[in-house]
Amino acid sequence: MTRLRRKVTSNLTAYLLVLPAALMYILFVVRPIVLTAQYSLYDWNGIKPAEWAGLDNYVQVFTNPKLVGAILNSFELIIYFSFVPVVIALFAANVIRGIATSRLAGIARVVLFLPQVIPLVAAGIMWTWQLATNGMVNQVLRAIGLGDIARAWLGDFDTALPAVGVIGAWVQLGLCLLLILAGMTKIDTSLYEAARIDGAGPIREFFAITLPGVRQELAVAITITVIGALASFDIIYISTQGGPGNATLVPGLQIYRLAFFDREIGVASALALTLMVLVLVVVVPLQRVLRGRDG
Amino acid sequence: MIVSKTERWLGRILLILLMAVTIMPFVSLFMTALHPQGTYPPGLVWPEEPHWENFLLAFQAADMPALLWSSVLIELAVVPVSILIATLAGFALGHLKPAGSRWVFIAFLLGLTLPLEGIIVPLYYLVKDMGILNTRWALILPLIGLYMPFAVTWMRAHFVNMPSDLSEAARIDGANTWQLFWRVHVPLSMPAISSLAILLFLWTWNQFLLAIVLVSNPLERTMAGALGAFQGQWGTDIPLLCAGSLLILTPMLLVFIIFQRQFVSALLQGSLKG
Repeated sequence: MTRLRRKVTSNLTAYLLVLPAALMYILFVVRPIVLTAQYSLYDWNGIKPAEWAGLDNYVQVFTNPKLVGAILNSFELIIYFSFVPVVIALFAANVIRGIATSRLAGIARVVLFLPQVIPLVAAGIMWTWQLATNGMVNQVLRAIGLGDIARAWLGDFDTALPAVGVIGAWVQLGLCLLLILAGMTKIDTSLYEAARIDGAGPIREFFAITLPGVRQELAVAITITVIGALASFDIIYISTQGGPGNATLVPGLQIYRLAFFDREIGVASALALTLMVLVLVVVVPLQRVLRGRDG
Repeated sequence: MIVSKTERWLGRILLILLMAVTIMPFVSLFMTALHPQGTYPPGLVWPEEPHWENFLLAFQAADMPALLWSSVLIELAVVPVSILIATLAGFALGHLKPAGSRWVFIAFLLGLTLPLEGIIVPLYYLVKDMGILNTRWALILPLIGLYMPFAVTWMRAHFVNMPSDLSEAARIDGANTWQLFWRVHVPLSMPAISSLAILLFLWTWNQFLLAIVLVSNPLERTMAGALGAFQGQWGTDIPLLCAGSLLILTPMLLVFIIFQRQFVSALLQGSLKG
């Protein structure tokens, strides 16, 4: 009896300690998620009484070309925010591996992290200027004789989305590189020596030893950068506002506009819930890969 | 490891190239900031006569002292409170492990990948109903809530790895849970807590979406929100915008350079655990 009572008391104490964190989480995260789901089923302008709309708002999300386009743009951004920096980082880390403990690499560690420390807004402002007609990118192109393709990269329908992607790739590259490098330094070097003795070339070495060895870090880098692409807002808000036309419109920006400018709370919420689900659908399988190694 | 000479040189060249790509935009920003106000200079040219006074003008235009003060106030409210309540919860979930704590932990995990845009609309109405719209509280309270999934997961992961004989020894000495927490576990958790503090500090400083939606006065925001407003106001005057951006970046860059080791390891660990 006393043992049971002691157990109940200790459980109660433990939950008392969880309470403050749980309350803040419920009030500012869980309840808003539920409310987003609720708003998404109504036609509401934020002032007048809301009217039941059923799934109409979701029909809009999946049929209105502007909204579908925004979702597709965010998927295209995955190429630039995730695929490009991860591939470059893998390649570069493989080359740098041998000097990972040198003085130069120590300096590089700090320099390559700069884009992670500054706000995305700053990266946006900085690169808007680099990609302008008069900016550094065009200046470099002219200097190497490619002046013909110089243009206002963010203002051109064909290049605006990749140009925004360049900003994202610049931000994410350092993090990806250092993550993967951290994974590579954990690999047992005798594996490489054995492979060289067996006569394996660098390509086989990479696919047989390096890639499996950094699987966990790779999954982390992909997860972070994919969420960064799907949920992008800051960079696009600052650099293009979704333009020209809707060439760089993404769900995050469109939710913001629908809710706070067009006063279409219902559609904004439907898009918001769609975005949350999309992120989960993409990220959960990646977590499987991540857990895979720990068994 | 066997590394040939060519491999070393290739590695060095590649590293320098990558660093150059990272640094060049900062250099261009700096050079542009020194051109005469209101001009439209090329991206990478040293001005005939550097206009250092642009930094002073931007300092006044952005009202830097007020901005810094606002950021510091928000950080001082968000970071300690988040850490305190997340450490308590992490300690309970990772060390005391009451019945059913697994499910509570999973509930926190679910919030880990949540995009902020997903809940910004209800957050706006919540903050409005609480009567704190356009005050610093509109940033402070939601941020604490939003940090809980990561912060609790982080602290729990730390406490799970703490050996339990430590607590048993303290219990035998007659310590209750509260004393056990403050006298034994908190002092031993300082590395985990300080890494978490760095991450929360950085994220708060750089928060943008919440700031532009919930606080209309840039002087009641943190730095990133203020920078957005600065661009809105001075976006057409490129040299001044560049000078202002650099100024607004400076405090965080200084903190980063001073605590570089801690920052890099916190960010790397933060990614791996989050």
